[in-house]
Amino acid sequence: MAVTRSFSVLPGFNLTLGYTLLYLSILVLIPLSAVFIKASEFSMAEFWTVVTADRVVASYRLSFGSSLLAGLINMAFGLMLAWVLVRYSFPGKKLVDALIDLPFALPTAVAGIALTALYARNGWLGQIIEGYFGIRVAFAPLGVLIALVFIGLPFVVRTVQPVLQDLDAELEEAAASLGANRWQSFRYVVVPVLWPALLTGFALAFARAVGEYGSVIFIAGNIPRVSEITPLMIITKLEQYDYTGATAIAVVMLIFSFIMLLSINGLQAWSARRTGRAG
Amino acid sequence: MSSTLLLPVTGIARGHQTSFEINHATREPVWLRRMVVAIALLFFGVFLLMPLIAVFVEAFRKGIGLYWQALLDPDALAALRLTFIAAVIAVPLNLVFGVAAAWLIAKFDFRGKHLLITFIDLPFSVSPVIVGLMYVLVFGVNGWFGGLLQSWDLKIIFAIPGIVLATVFVTFPFIARELIPLMQAQGREEEEAAIVLGANGWQAFWHVTLPNVKWGLIYGVILCNARAMGEFGAVSVVSGHIRGLTNTLPLHVEILYNEYNFSAAFAVASLLALLALVTLSIKSWVEHRAQAAVGAH
Repeated sequence: MAVTRSFSVLPGFNLTLGYTLLYLSILVLIPLSAVFIKASEFSMAEFWTVVTADRVVASYRLSFGSSLLAGLINMAFGLMLAWVLVRYSFPGKKLVDALIDLPFALPTAVAGIALTALYARNGWLGQIIEGYFGIRVAFAPLGVLIALVFIGLPFVVRTVQPVLQDLDAELEEAAASLGANRWQSFRYVVVPVLWPALLTGFALAFARAVGEYGSVIFIAGNIPRVSEITPLMIITKLEQYDYTGATAIAVVMLIFSFIMLLSINGLQAWSARRTGRAG
Repeated sequence: MSSTLLLPVTGIARGHQTSFEINHATREPVWLRRMVVAIALLFFGVFLLMPLIAVFVEAFRKGIGLYWQALLDPDALAALRLTFIAAVIAVPLNLVFGVAAAWLIAKFDFRGKHLLITFIDLPFSVSPVIVGLMYVLVFGVNGWFGGLLQSWDLKIIFAIPGIVLATVFVTFPFIARELIPLMQAQGREEEEAAIVLGANGWQAFWHVTLPNVKWGLIYGVILCNARAMGEFGAVSVVSGHIRGLTNTLPLHVEILYNEYNFSAAFAVASLLALLALVTLSIKSWVEHRAQAAVGAH
């Protein structure tokens, strides 16, 4: 990282820069590079065989597919919750607002066993869904989706909410005075302003969902080729002492994470420009 | 609809409504408003509230006696102790880092700043399982330093240091992420004035910067702590699951659950759920205080 700076009277530049880079390198960058160095022990062909094995590909399909779907569900209901919290008044609003962050604060293993208890055949919700509709939720791919919706929800609400809060009524007043009905001013005035924040929230939820482990493994049932997520494939390989195999799958996931991280940064910059908020 | 619509909105009525619900241009029909609130609350109830309630109901299902027995079990207490140790080490380390990184990023201009911020965010987007894997590759028996550590008779993986390392990694960005935007928004003039008036850097930080960002700092610390005590995936890979030795509370929950000891698993889980609720209450309180502070300015 080339470092040049303009003059500042404030002290501590060298100290904080040195400390930040040292801490970051020891804890994050060097261990992460270990994954890529380990992966380079593979030939390209070997690497390819591991990461495209049937069971692994099935896990990508489940992990990415259900994360995508969970992100979309959260986009719709996250917008709705953010809207209700900013625009409407109803009893218990403060409590709802505070509990939105529950998936951030609740340990994932706790969420995992709680969701399993709810959606199992004898659980409160499982009884209804499986008993009346015959749809299996726990120990099936649908369970994975439920867990991923749970952990992704606050990302959308908390990125959309501040933008909605800063949105002046004036824009909608102008639209109304020009003859727009409520739906038109929502569709053509509000949604375009919220769009970058919505996409950012979706991307954050999606990225988190793909790597999620604790809340999913209990409810998923982990049936090979049916309800095994990709992070579980890494654990499975590790338990068989197949470190290179685990590393190969980890590389695939890391490359995906980096792409998501760059897209999220881009989206946030776009969102900042769109709404005139400082990045 | 009666003629009440024509009456001016009284102060009392206004107290129950947001300004958006009164303003004609931003108001939806009542039926639509109620429907949207109902759907949003139903979603909230099913996806957030019910899992939370389920934890406590399941915990007490077999009675309060078994609940206490599960919590006072020696293995549970050992797990509780280890969870505290990991948090007590991880939180201060990340606090010092967060303050240093935020000072660097908010108070100076330099090339590569955006790249640095991206690197700080990195632990957010890495799967916890991969965090565990990478420490195994570095410190494990067959890892980079495995031989060296063995010759010194040190154990990191499948031991407490590995758990602490994994915890530090997953909670790494929380405090920095909270402080950076706050300190950026605050600007540099106040600290510059303090320096020009003869304060040293430490005094400027202690007396000028810190009072301005204290609520954000507190929030970052409690969030970091909640994550540190609740981390599961990363810790699970490096722990080795030795009962009474290298189990944290979340790992203890998993073991009990997999042994079909559901009530005990939920009893221990209820402790962690309580931690989450305390975290969220402190967060709401901090936000309330921060808003009051802004209002007072």
